[in-house]
Amino acid sequence: MSDVIKLKKGLDIRLQGKAETVFAQIPLPELFAIKPSDFKGLTPKMVAKVGDKVQAGSVLFFDKQHPEVKFVSPVGGELVAVNRGDRRVITEIVVKADSKAAPIDFGKSDPAAMSRQQVVDKLLESGAWTYFKQRPYNIVANPTAEPKAIFVSTFDSAPLAPDYDFIVSTNEEFFQKGLDVLSKIAPVYVGTHNNGCSKAFSGAKCEKVTAFEGPHPAGCVGVQINHTNPINAGEKVFTIQPQEVVTIGKLFATGVHDFTRVVVLCGSEMKKRAYVKTILGAQLTTMVNGNLADGHVRLISGNVLTGTQVQPDGYLGYYDSQLTAIPEGDEYEFMGWAAPGFNKFSASRTFFSWLTGKKHEYKLNANTHGELRAFVVSNEMEKVFPMDIYPEHLIKAIMAEDIDKMEQLGIYEVVEEDMALCEFVCTSKIAIQKTLRNGLNLMMKEVG
Amino acid sequence: MNALRNFLDNVKPKFQEGGKFAKFRSTFGAFETFLFTPNETNKCGVHVRDAVDLKRTMIVVVLALMPALFFGMYNTGYQHFRMTGELADVTFWQIFFKGFLAVLPIIVVSYVVGLAIEFASAQMRGHEVNEGFLVSGMLIPLVMPADVPLWMVGVATAFAVIFGKEVYGGTGMNMWNPALLARVFLFFAYPTKMSGETAWYYNYSAEAAVDGFSGATPLAMANAGNYTSFADAFFGLIPGSVGETSAVAILIGAFILLYTGVASWKTMLSVFVGGIAMGWLFNTCADAGWLLDENGVVRENYESVRNLALIPWYNHLVYGGFCFGAVFMATDPVTSARTEGGKFIYGFLIGALAIVIRVLNPGFPEGMMLAILLMNTFAPLIDHFFIQANINRRKKRVTIKA
Repeated sequence: MSDVIKLKKGLDIRLQGKAETVFAQIPLPELFAIKPSDFKGLTPKMVAKVGDKVQAGSVLFFDKQHPEVKFVSPVGGELVAVNRGDRRVITEIVVKADSKAAPIDFGKSDPAAMSRQQVVDKLLESGAWTYFKQRPYNIVANPTAEPKAIFVSTFDSAPLAPDYDFIVSTNEEFFQKGLDVLSKIAPVYVGTHNNGCSKAFSGAKCEKVTAFEGPHPAGCVGVQINHTNPINAGEKVFTIQPQEVVTIGKLFATGVHDFTRVVVLCGSEMKKRAYVKTILGAQLTTMVNGNLADGHVRLISGNVLTGTQVQPDGYLGYYDSQLTAIPEGDEYEFMGWAAPGFNKFSASRTFFSWLTGKKHEYKLNANTHGELRAFVVSNEMEKVFPMDIYPEHLIKAIMAEDIDKMEQLGIYEVVEEDMALCEFVCTSKIAIQKTLRNGLNLMMKEVG
Repeated sequence: MNALRNFLDNVKPKFQEGGKFAKFRSTFGAFETFLFTPNETNKCGVHVRDAVDLKRTMIVVVLALMPALFFGMYNTGYQHFRMTGELADVTFWQIFFKGFLAVLPIIVVSYVVGLAIEFASAQMRGHEVNEGFLVSGMLIPLVMPADVPLWMVGVATAFAVIFGKEVYGGTGMNMWNPALLARVFLFFAYPTKMSGETAWYYNYSAEAAVDGFSGATPLAMANAGNYTSFADAFFGLIPGSVGETSAVAILIGAFILLYTGVASWKTMLSVFVGGIAMGWLFNTCADAGWLLDENGVVRENYESVRNLALIPWYNHLVYGGFCFGAVFMATDPVTSARTEGGKFIYGFLIGALAIVIRVLNPGFPEGMMLAILLMNTFAPLIDHFFIQANINRRKKRVTIKA
C-alpha cells in the first residue's frame, strides 16, 4: 500500500494542443546530435574526431571534471560535425546515421549478482550514467557521490506533457529491471499519479512508492522529493526519468544501449499531434516538416515552462520527451492592459477569462505580456509552489548573492523546473529560472 | 490602429539610443506601452507567461476605487449644499456636478505632480516608468478633505513621491504607503486645513454656511458623546475625506479586489478583526466603569476618552478612514507584510492600533492613517520572524535525522 500525498498548491495551465495517445509513424532523420548545453556546468572534452566512424555506444566526449563520465553516440555512423558557438564553446556534436552500423554490445548482466561498483562501471562505460542527474544543482551525477536516494517521477504534470503510462506500457518489465539496477546504487523512491496509473509504476518493487495528487508541479520530481525525503544541507540525491529507467533495464537485459525514445508532438501550432518513436538527439526535420501551422511559430524541445527553444532543423534535447509548438506572439496589442481579455489565461481573475469556465483551453503564445518590474504583488508565487520554502525571499537572497541566506532558505531543494510556475505567474515578469540557475552556479562554485 | 502603430514605429528610432530625443526614452516608452502591449517575447526560462502584468493589476485597483470616488463626488456636493442649506432646492445631478467640480482638480493636481516626478526620475535612472503611481495618484485625492487647497495637494504629492518612494528606488521598493505619507505630511504640517469642522466642506466660508451649521465628523462628534448611527455611517452621507465616508462603496471595491485576487483577504480580514477586538475591549472596559471615580462620575479631563471608548465596536468600523484603510491601504502589497502568516499579524495590529490611537488620543481622530504607517514600518520585522521560523524548521530537520 503506497502513501498518497495530496497537493493543493499549483496550477494547471490549460493549453490547447494536447496529443492523442496514438503512435504516428515517421521516418528517422539522417542526423543526430548531442548538445553539451543540455548538461549544466559541463565542459566537454572530445574523444572522437570529425570523420570518425562511430557505433551506437561509442564515446564521443567526456566530462572534463569527471573523465569517467562518458557521453556516447546514440546511433552508428559517422561523426560529421562539431559545431561551435560563441567563444568556441561546443554546441552540437553531429553524427550522420548509417543503418548498417551495429551497436556496441556491452554484454548481458544480472544486477543482482553485481556489486555496486560493477553496476556503476557498466553504466559509465555504456554512457547510461549520464541519465542520472544530481541534486542539489541538477547536474550530471558525480560517479563518486553517494546519494541518499534515487527518485523517479513516473508522471509529468507540465502542460501537454507526455503520458508515461502510455509510453512505458510496452516496456513494463524493462522498467522494473531498470529499477532493480538503480536499487544497487541507492534506495529508489518512485512517485506515481494517484489516479489509475500503470501497474509497472504503482506496483514497482523498490524502497518506496508514493502516490501524488494535485495540479502541476505535483509531477516535478523536486516537489516529490520535498514531500517524501527532503534534501538537507550536505546531502545528495539522484533523479532519473522513466524512459531512461527503461533504457537502463534494456541495457542490462540485452547488453545493448538502446537509445529509442518516445516523443510527444504537441502544441496548438503542431498540425499532427501524436506520439512518435525516434532516437535520442534526433534532428527534428522529419517530425516538424509540413507539420507546423503557418505564421511565426516557436518550437520548444520540452514543455512550455522549462523547455529549450529549437529551430525546425535543430535537435531534440538529451532529456526531453516532448516537442511543443506555440505561436511566437511577437506582435503589438492595442491597449492590451485594458481589454476585457476573454481569451487570456491568468492565475488571477484580472481578465474576464474566468467567465469561460474551468474547462476552456487556451492558445498561449510566447509574448511576455508586460515589462520587467520590481517585486510588487505578493503571494502569487506561493500559491503555485507546494514546498515549505519562501520562493520570493529565496529569489531575493539569490539576487543579493547572500550565500548563507540561500542555503538557509532551501536553495538545495529546488531546481529550475520546480520554480517554473513561479516564473509563469510572476506579475513583474522576473526571470526566476535564470536567477535560480545563477544562484545554483554560485553555490556550486563557493560551496561545491 | 495600424496608422497609430506605424507612426510609433516611425518615430521610435528617434527615441532610442543615439536618436535625437534619446533623453526622453522613458517617456516615449511609457506612452508606447500604454497604447500597445509590447511585442517582446520570452527569451529565457518559461515560454509562456501569465497574461497579467503590473499595468493590469494597477488598473484593477483603480477600477475598485471608482465606487468610492463617485460616491465621494456625490457626497462632497451633498455636504456642500448641506452647509449652504440649499439641499432641498438642488437635484441629484446638481449635487453630483458640484462634487465633481470640487474633486476633479484635486485628482488632476495629484496625477500631474506625481506623474511628472515619476517620469523625471525614470528618465534620470534610465528606467521604464512604473505603474505604481496610477493607484497612489487616485488614492491621494480620496484621502483629502474636500476643501483642501490645491497647492497643498501638490506639495504633499511631491513629498510623498520623492521622499516616500523615489529615494528608495521607486515602485516596489518603498517602505511606506505613498498616499498615506501625503496625507500624514499635510496632517502634521497644516493641521488646521486637514481636520476640524470646516475642512470637509467644499468652498466653506462662515458667510456661506447656514445659521447654526455644525460640521463635525462622526469621530469628532463621538468625542462629545454624540454617536452617528451605524446605518448613516455605513451608507456614507457624512462629512469626512472625499472617498472614505461610504462603507458601501468601499466594500464594492473590496469585492472587486478580492474576487480578482489582487488584494489579500488575509490582511483585509485581520484588520477588521483587530478593530472589532480592540473596539469590543474598550466597550467592555467602559461598561465595567473604566475612568469613573467612586461616585460613578467621569474623572476630570477624561470625558472625551470615555466617550470614545463607548463608541460601539461595530461603529468603529464605519467611522473615519477605518474601512478605506483596511481595504485599500493596508493591502498595498509592497508596504505590507509579505509572508502569509505575517499578513494576519500585520492586519490585526493595524486594526487594533487604529482603535487604540483613536480612543486614547482624542487629538488624533485619524488613528487609521497612523496605525498603517506604523505597521508599514514593522512589516519587515514581522516577516523576519516568519522567515526565521522557516529557516529553523529546515535546520531542525537535519538535527532530527542526525
